[in-house]
Amino acid sequence: MTVPHVSAGVRPAATRHVEHVMGTVFSFDVRHAHGAGDAETAAETAAGAVAEAVAWLHRVDEVFSTYRPGSFVSRLDRGEIGPADCPPEVTEVLGLCEAVAGTSLGYFTARPGGRLDPSGLVKGWAIERASRILTRAGAVNHCVNGGGDIQLAGTAAPGRPWRVGVAHPLRPGDLATVVTGGVPASAVTGSRPAIPATGSGPVTVVTGGDSVALVTSATGSDPADATAGGLAVATSGTAERGTHIVDPHTGRPAAGLVSVTLVGASLTLVDAYATAAFAMGGAAREWVEGLDGVEAFAVTASGDTWRTSGFPGAAPPAVR
Amino acid sequence: MRRAIAAILVTAVGLVLLLSFKPHEVATTAQRPAAVSRDDSGTGTGTSGSGADGDTDGDADGGFRRSRDGSGRFGGDDGFGGDRGGEDGESGRTSAGSGSWTGPGATAGATSGDRTVTGDAADTRWGPVQVELVLSGGKVAGVKVLQAPMGNHRDIEINDEALPILNEAVLSAQSADIDTVSGATYTSDGYIRSLQSALDRAGL
Repeated sequence: MTVPHVSAGVRPAATRHVEHVMGTVFSFDVRHAHGAGDAETAAETAAGAVAEAVAWLHRVDEVFSTYRPGSFVSRLDRGEIGPADCPPEVTEVLGLCEAVAGTSLGYFTARPGGRLDPSGLVKGWAIERASRILTRAGAVNHCVNGGGDIQLAGTAAPGRPWRVGVAHPLRPGDLATVVTGGVPASAVTGSRPAIPATGSGPVTVVTGGDSVALVTSATGSDPADATAGGLAVATSGTAERGTHIVDPHTGRPAAGLVSVTLVGASLTLVDAYATAAFAMGGAAREWVEGLDGVEAFAVTASGDTWRTSGFPGAAPPAVR
Repeated sequence: MRRAIAAILVTAVGLVLLLSFKPHEVATTAQRPAAVSRDDSGTGTGTSGSGADGDTDGDADGGFRRSRDGSGRFGGDDGFGGDRGGEDGESGRTSAGSGSWTGPGATAGATSGDRTVTGDAADTRWGPVQVELVLSGGKVAGVKVLQAPMGNHRDIEINDEALPILNEAVLSAQSADIDTVSGATYTSDGYIRSLQSALDRAGL
């Protein structure tokens, strides 16, 4: 593990770190305390938080990697050990996999091709957990991007929400839409529509110009609310790196969509749901409509796009 | 007063005459340092016509040869296998090391106050992709594609169409003022990753 480097940017001071782990690249972007506080302390806090999160990712890799014959998951798959012999996280993840398999009508599975491989959920789960580690360590404004799946918390700068470009699958390098979020709930109270009945981690979509903002409906002055504006974005596509998404019901490669992007508050669910949605193809639209706190944007094989009702108004960024 | 005007007139005419005698020399000396500085900071590929031609020929030959070797590679690579990080050696890859394509902004960006940031080479299904950004005052002023798959004729065709679009797209991504990128496809995958990588280093 390398020591996170600290780079003081011109605009908001930030600590950035890139880590190669779990077969992909994780980018950390921690924005230092907005406003009060001395810069050196903020940088130290951020570096410490990132180091902790990076250590966590390596631990996840050791336990869950299907590429490592000695990992707990590999040994569990071969029947050498039972779930009780594994760290508690394994049981937690397998339970989550089962829950998502149920919610997704079997389109998500922890046993693609018959072998135990919870990777489809582990990455999002690990990223979300890394985000929580950062928050707990005092780095409340951050972005964790693990190979294109993102968990954000807080804001990019005072009064400026995070902006996430969604890559256009058919126009390489271009953006299909931009999602903004992580706005402290109090900052948009005046402009947002009526909030639906609250559940656990409800998300409200607020349209604003050419982008979509998601905020949780949690309000209050509790400092913990800094994380209430959490935003998760995950994209699944035909060509996802190292992933060949197969419709588990037919055993054939999923067709219909070129990519689907899901947004919500929790990357664990959003990422696994994105995989399921892609396997569903066009039927994913109706399915996501029925999910609380999750919205979808998709690009179809013909190049058309669709979005769920809570994901309105987002147009491609203006091309000069 | 009249004398002053006359003096200025004479000076001006003299200057015009002087310049008109050596227009080429003035132009070339003005341009050369820019080209040299770009060479230094960039790929070592000349931006002049002759240099680029020579490179393209060399790469195309190598690419065709390698494409024959690599024809079985796609089958073998078609899975989870060759997917670990970006450490795959460039040696076995069907790539052109210097498919440098200089964006319109990069020309403007080759002045002294700018810096270049090179993204990590990202492995795509078709080979490594790597870009370099020219930064001017914290903004992306230009893009160079350092590596792109050039294994066969189709690759080159696609690159000819896509690379200029990629260069424009980075600029539009910059104008969209994004903090990060979500997405995943083979063709844009490597590029997007590489852009993310460059964004990380630039601290944009």
